Amino acid sequence: MTSKIMIGLDGHGSGERALAYATKLAKVIGSCELVVVYVIEWSPYSFQTPEENAERHKRREEEISTAMDRVINPALASLKKAGFSAKGIVRHGHVADTLNDLSEEENAEQIVVGRSTESGLIKRFFGSSTANLVMHANVPVTVVG
Amino acid sequence: MKFYQKVMLSLGTASALVSPAVAQEAMTLDEKVNEAFAAFTGPFVNLIFAPFPGTSFPWIVMWLVIAATVFTIYFSFVQLKFFKHAISLVKGDYSDPNDAGEVSHFQALATALSGTVGLGNIAGVAVAVGIGGPGATFWMILAGLMGMASKFTECTLGVKYRNEYPDGTVSGGPMYYISKGFSELGLPGGKILAILFSIFCILGALGGGNMFQANQAHAQISGITGAYPGWITGVIFAAVVFIVIVGGVKSIARVTEKVVPFMGILYVGASLVIILMNYDQIGWAFGQIFSGAFSGLGVAGGMVGALIQGFKRAAFSNEAGVGSAAIAHSAVRTKEPITEGFVSLLEPFIDTVVICTMTALVITISGQLISDPATGLYVLDGAHIATVDGNTGVALTSAAFASAFSWFPYVLAVAVVLFAFSTMISWSYYGLKSWTYLFGEGQTSELVFKVIFCVFIVIGAAANLGPVIDFSDAAIFAMAVVNITALYFLMKLVKQELLSYVARLASGEIKKFTH
Repeated sequence: MTSKIMIGLDGHGSGERALAYATKLAKVIGSCELVVVYVIEWSPYSFQTPEENAERHKRREEEISTAMDRVINPALASLKKAGFSAKGIVRHGHVADTLNDLSEEENAEQIVVGRSTESGLIKRFFGSSTANLVMHANVPVTVVG
Repeated sequence: MKFYQKVMLSLGTASALVSPAVAQEAMTLDEKVNEAFAAFTGPFVNLIFAPFPGTSFPWIVMWLVIAATVFTIYFSFVQLKFFKHAISLVKGDYSDPNDAGEVSHFQALATALSGTVGLGNIAGVAVAVGIGGPGATFWMILAGLMGMASKFTECTLGVKYRNEYPDGTVSGGPMYYISKGFSELGLPGGKILAILFSIFCILGALGGGNMFQANQAHAQISGITGAYPGWITGVIFAAVVFIVIVGGVKSIARVTEKVVPFMGILYVGASLVIILMNYDQIGWAFGQIFSGAFSGLGVAGGMVGALIQGFKRAAFSNEAGVGSAAIAHSAVRTKEPITEGFVSLLEPFIDTVVICTMTALVITISGQLISDPATGLYVLDGAHIATVDGNTGVALTSAAFASAFSWFPYVLAVAVVLFAFSTMISWSYYGLKSWTYLFGEGQTSELVFKVIFCVFIVIGAAANLGPVIDFSDAAIFAMAVVNITALYFLMKLVKQELLSYVARLASGEIKKFTH
């Protein structure tokens, strides 16, 4: 029986630490599958100009390939070096909701994320993505400081 | 040195000679622009608004109403049956999470709405009620409800036959569905109709999407600051639009796109407050609307006068059957083109049935329209109903709101300027798409159109309301002539989509995603 861990990356240092921690955890567990996820913050309820809409598909592809190159692929490479074959996913959406939805889709047993990188007013008004995930997740969440 | 001196000297003389003339001309510049414009556009306007022989009923109004009725019946009241489903689609209930990040139904609707919600709802309704009386509102609402079916038809086709380019961008609209749809059905003349549509769309973009906006924005601003020449407003507007569409300063457009929805909500909110403050008059206002609809209550042309005004302004405001929305809606990412058709039918509802009705109710309740207490009929001042301060167009709406909140004209001025601006940005895109359909894509060709567009802003702000509004209407309705002709041939393609979708919805093949 294998265990599945989902790792939420944010492109910052805390994501790196989450990745390092999850690698360590996977080694302890032994037989373990890893899924590396990067969520691009996006809302279907924003307002756009006709021109932005016409170019949206192109921009989305660009955003996904940038995230793959900068965040997911380096993470997959470092996991491979550590002896794990992992899957990488990039998806648009609300960070906390999307991570939770993906953990269900992928049947992940737990999620490992870095602590929040938002600060100031935004955090005060909307809470951090990490806090939202911890509050609403359907599987155990480990927050790495 | 000598040459330089000569130039300086001649410049000096020239300016000395010209300055008094300039001062004189500046005073009459607006009038001159107006006169030349009216003379130039007259024949076109007369053709589009030609009445049926022996009546005062313009054939074009009949054309739009018949089309909306045909689509309503042909799709067996799609606007009622799928209203709830449309809301469900906008909420994202049927959106595949794997498509997250693409243009959502909500975004396509919001973009299309910001192109239509604007001065038509504020100034256009005032024109309708000012000439046709409160009764025009009834016909406006009816036209809005029927127009939902026209919008459904054109927007489904817009998505179905859009062009998707290898770089991932999309272009869609009537010119694409007319040419592709006709060749799919083996019908001749698709290309000619598509070219005709594009020509009228460019004129519509310069008229209703541009000059009317500039004109009314100037009317609103000068109503607050005091009179000053219209070309000044025009030049400022043109400069900002130029920066956005030519200079590529997208941030201005982005800010407007975000502020406009809130202005819309604020406008509806303020209307509701005024209506509720006068709750004892709501019954009376609806009474005026209903009795005016069938008797005219003394307006020019009686019932027919009210009906023509209502239908005209509804069509101008929600653009159902015109084809412009099909351009805006075609960017949505969906496997089912018809879903965008369902979503688009909300547009005339929000635009006409909700927002236009608010304006009409506020104007009626405010008592700006003068009626004779003895007969209950409205007092005429020429073709218009006499108003308390002699206002027409956007000034009438402004005065109506000011009767409840003295500070509201300032808010309205900001709203008008922003609405005008966002409508101009939307229409510059519609016009550009038609332009590139005709002349091909390319920086020079696009720049030529954008410069022409900006020049027309100045003309629009300087001309009088009458000729501008006539030309705007004529150009937009000319689009509808071509678009609706094509829709009659293409509507069976939409029917196929509808039947297939309904069957798959019933069988459970199309189902909600759990989020």
